[in-house]
Amino acid sequence: MSNSGLEFPAPVGGSHVAAVHDPFHGDLLEVSMGPHHPSTHGVFRMMVTLDGETIVKLKPVFGYLHRNHEKLGENTSYLASMPYTDRLDYLNSMTNNWAYALAVEKLAGQPVPERAEYLRVILAELTRLLNHVCLAGFLLQDTGASGTPLMYAFREREKILDLFESLSGSRMMCNYQRFGGCRVDASPEWLAGAKHITDNFGRFLDEYEELITGNEILMARTQGVGALSPELAISAGITGPMLRATGVDYDLRKVDAYGVYSRFNFRVPLGDHGDTYDRYMIRVLEMRESITILQQALRDLPAGPIMDPKAKIRGFRPKAGEAYGRIEGPKGEIGFYLISDGSPNPYRYRVRPPSFVNLTVLEDMCLGQTIADAVIILGSVDIVLGEVDR
Amino acid sequence: MLGSGLLQGLKVTAKNIAGSFHDPERLVTVEYPEQKTKLPENYRNFPFLVSENATDPMGTLRCVACQICEKECPPQCIYIEKSKDKKPDAAGKMQVYPAVFDIDTSVCMSCQICVEVCPFEAIKMDQVFEIATTDRFNALLLDRNQLAKPNSYYHQIHPTEAAEVDGRLLAERKAAEEKAKAAAAAAAAKAAAAAAAPKPVATPTATAGAPGAVAATVSVAKPATPPAAAPVSATPPAAAPAASPAQNAPASDGKAAP
Repeated sequence: MSNSGLEFPAPVGGSHVAAVHDPFHGDLLEVSMGPHHPSTHGVFRMMVTLDGETIVKLKPVFGYLHRNHEKLGENTSYLASMPYTDRLDYLNSMTNNWAYALAVEKLAGQPVPERAEYLRVILAELTRLLNHVCLAGFLLQDTGASGTPLMYAFREREKILDLFESLSGSRMMCNYQRFGGCRVDASPEWLAGAKHITDNFGRFLDEYEELITGNEILMARTQGVGALSPELAISAGITGPMLRATGVDYDLRKVDAYGVYSRFNFRVPLGDHGDTYDRYMIRVLEMRESITILQQALRDLPAGPIMDPKAKIRGFRPKAGEAYGRIEGPKGEIGFYLISDGSPNPYRYRVRPPSFVNLTVLEDMCLGQTIADAVIILGSVDIVLGEVDR
Repeated sequence: MLGSGLLQGLKVTAKNIAGSFHDPERLVTVEYPEQKTKLPENYRNFPFLVSENATDPMGTLRCVACQICEKECPPQCIYIEKSKDKKPDAAGKMQVYPAVFDIDTSVCMSCQICVEVCPFEAIKMDQVFEIATTDRFNALLLDRNQLAKPNSYYHQIHPTEAAEVDGRLLAERKAAEEKAKAAAAAAAAKAAAAAAAPKPVATPTATAGAPGAVAATVSVAKPATPPAAAPVSATPPAAAPAASPAQNAPASDGKAAP
């Protein structure tokens, strides 16, 4: 096709770049990043087509961690699915538990005592802190700040995990929420520990921001990189911090006001540009709001039972019907859709994972950026492959 | 000024390096095999079976092989076979016991569902986590001899929870006893009211099923006759089933109520 007589390969994977017809221009290069690549946060693969260093096509490939989660949910009892939800987004088992418990409670018409609702809020906000602090650490690791910010972030996360362990028995696979309440009551010592961490977390955030937020390299690497328009974000169903970074005011804690969130006074931080820097800053600001929610919840925590006395552990059979329970997880809207036919197992069990949906716009954000930017754009999406592949 | 953000960051790093020498908030690691942190009381790892008596673990298992945990276990790592015969439990009631109780700890995901669904407080979570082995299959498949641990051990690892469980069991046993007693009294009154019946029905053979038939005096003799003597099938260590009913504190006649 070219007048030099050289044979050019057909455009890879259907992409078409005009510059290929230039004899002095190199070929397109298809690179498979992952599944075993440290920047892909697990077993995720990006089939990247490069023109020089610029991305002209990106195809996300996933499914390497597929564990048949939804089919398992249809073959086990309602209660037995609860520990499996821990393994969806394994950083945030508390919020996964809550979303699933909420769906089943809706299905069965099961009320929840007030103390349990407050405990759920406390644990969900602690989970948000640890998820966002992990994201901040990993994002900086992706930009090339090897180790230091991640280590500081993990140090703080570890303190929250210790809290989870002393309450639920396990650091990450908490399996804590039940239909109609929570499993274990929080002791006064535990609440004192939670208060201590909440009060000190703000100081850590100040230090962390001092360390990194004003850093010139971080700004050069992230500002204007991977911008997402609010229109695309809405039409693709993006939720969570990624949507709010584009300036769309949508937070299920405000929109649905599930649980007792309507009683707390907090703001929803919004971004302007929808770029990687905004997505990072949204997380930092959300952590600050989480601290204020935690302080209010720990202050107002009522006494009382943590489990509805009528709730059933054995022989739980909700009547036939369907329900969708969703909460604002740290990564976005996590929802469970259940259909019951009156048997001990759900007839249909469906998960709406936030990071899977958020991943769908990866190509749109990466086109035209360099390959090094693709790494931090992926990092700012905040995926966990346990949830993407299920 | 360009670079001021970098310098500010370096200041934080320096503060953390210095802090890691004296501030426990900044140095949170321990040297693991030599140093160990204290496990929280709620920590859970793998299940074990509670037995009442340390000297005769097989004879005094609380488990009655109802197989609810086997059904509910999410990864299906429990395997139970019921015994053909029965033997008395802690309350003196004749119960089936597990002839085979295996847990594959390589499959177990430590979710505690088995503990929650167990109606007999017979399975609890252990705290032993250093169980790494080079044998992939047999070493991690625990049978009931390895799983059985005495109640005193449960008290040691989960003190508050175990005290709560013991209190609940005692209350249940007492309630059953009261109920049996009340039923017996009612039966006795009925028998008396039947106006000079030639002979009350209270023979020791009728004890097991019908709680009302037995007067309190007759029931004392009952635990001394363990029927069929509970042959703890194929358990080499400590197969002394005859000792088991001796430590049943309350000599209740068949707490048949619950």
